[in-house]
Amino acid sequence: MKKKTIFFRKSADRLVRIASGLAVAVAVAVMFWIIFTVFRHGSAALKPSFFINPSKPYGIPDGGIANALIGTVFITFGAAVLATPPALLGGICLSEYKEFRRFNATLRFAANVMMGMPSVIVGLFVYTSVVVPTGNFSGLAGSIALAIIMFPVIMRTTEDMLGMVPYALRESALALGLTRTRTTVQIVCRSARKGLLTGILLALSRVSGETAPLLFTALFADRWPWGYFNQPTANLPVLITEYSTNSPFAEMHRAGWGAALVVTVLVLAINVATRIIFREKKHGH
Amino acid sequence: MAIKIQTKNLNFFYGTHQALLNNDLTVEENAITAVIGPSGCGKSTHLRVYNRIFELYREQRAEGEVLLDGQNILAADVDVLELRRRVGMIFQKPTPFPMSVFENVAYPLRLHYKLSRGELSDRVREALIGASLWDEVKDKLKASGLALSGGQQQRLCIARAIAVEPEVLLMDEPTSAIDPVATLKIEELMVTLKKQFTIVIVTHNMQQAARISDVTAFFYKGEIIETGATKQIFTNPRNRKTEEYITGRFG
Repeated sequence: MKKKTIFFRKSADRLVRIASGLAVAVAVAVMFWIIFTVFRHGSAALKPSFFINPSKPYGIPDGGIANALIGTVFITFGAAVLATPPALLGGICLSEYKEFRRFNATLRFAANVMMGMPSVIVGLFVYTSVVVPTGNFSGLAGSIALAIIMFPVIMRTTEDMLGMVPYALRESALALGLTRTRTTVQIVCRSARKGLLTGILLALSRVSGETAPLLFTALFADRWPWGYFNQPTANLPVLITEYSTNSPFAEMHRAGWGAALVVTVLVLAINVATRIIFREKKHGH
Repeated sequence: MAIKIQTKNLNFFYGTHQALLNNDLTVEENAITAVIGPSGCGKSTHLRVYNRIFELYREQRAEGEVLLDGQNILAADVDVLELRRRVGMIFQKPTPFPMSVFENVAYPLRLHYKLSRGELSDRVREALIGASLWDEVKDKLKASGLALSGGQQQRLCIARAIAVEPEVLLMDEPTSAIDPVATLKIEELMVTLKKQFTIVIVTHNMQQAARISDVTAFFYKGEIIETGATKQIFTNPRNRKTEEYITGRFG
């Protein structure tokens, strides 16, 4: 047998390492570039009144984003509240009740379709099925649209996280005479709880910047978001879109960048939080 | 000695693959029965019939009779939850639940028995003493069960299993993932436990079988080749295959 030269193997190894190093560098550089740009343009808008005042109609000075910030919190948390229970149940069914083969196959197919659905279509769907029949735009309609986007994401991570729980743990719980329901809820879900929370938070951060679905549902309003259930509700993504595309005023452009900065920081904070939670989980085991 | 489990003509299938062939085995009460044999010979499969844990997997199927105190546990009308209370199981890797040391033992206990708080903590303490773990954990009952060492975790699993007052303990290579010192501790524990329980242990470690068991069954390719007093099996096996295995010529 002919021996391969060590030189060839070593240089192939080096080449692959350099290539993947470069790929990482490009990805990280783009991320920092985006963050830097947002900070550079957005920081000019940041002053106390920006966080205290609600948004104001075109041309009126001293507008803030307080109503949109609270509205975004309402809409995204509302979406999480709507999406989480069915998504957790779906994930549990996929991972723990594999004997429901046809049901699970349908569920998985539906989730895949939903996962690939453009968010603008989800917005249109909620517009025709919620906004039109009820006769008004609302924050709740926005939550429903975002919940539809979150559902398959949470379900998928739930299935994955439960799948990581060793089979021996289920068997030892059942071997003690626990029922399957108790084993699933108290033992399997419990030992995966940090992973499940991570999945919910990541889905939250994924939808917190979604704009298209909210344009058709929550819309926007220059008032406080207390009419979440039956009135157009202020939110950051639509504010950013409006201010940076439809307004001739420099101050609004600045405010748009400021709002973009706030969204970026929020998403970053959620991601860092999930990383911390997940790291703790690893230490626990 | 009294007979605790009598297995008659047990056959086992993974889908269409037959893993056990006409197993007949007598398990004596308050004794340790060791099940030995090369990898893939059906030792664990056989053990997993005794508490019907195999039923978790749809494609697995057992045929024949396993009589526990004369009652066929494979019959359809047997309450599996009660069967599993009577027949506990310890697995290869320790599997503490994601809860405190105390709760690990108390949780299954509460599901099977109505107990006052005082009775509950007494029973937990007794179980931890019974698993010779009490002295090591009495000051950290509220700590996570996952924070214990591997050997301690395995004894926690034993405490959890004996707390519900089973009659039989099935042990599926209980020390194969544990260091030698902790293994010795668990072996000593098993010898104490047989006064109260009937123990069936699957082991790859022939010295272990020789050290602690009273009866040994040798499995090969899904069949029980030879059963007998451990001393006899290890010093004077009747079957050639048994002799070859225990002298390390294959396996």
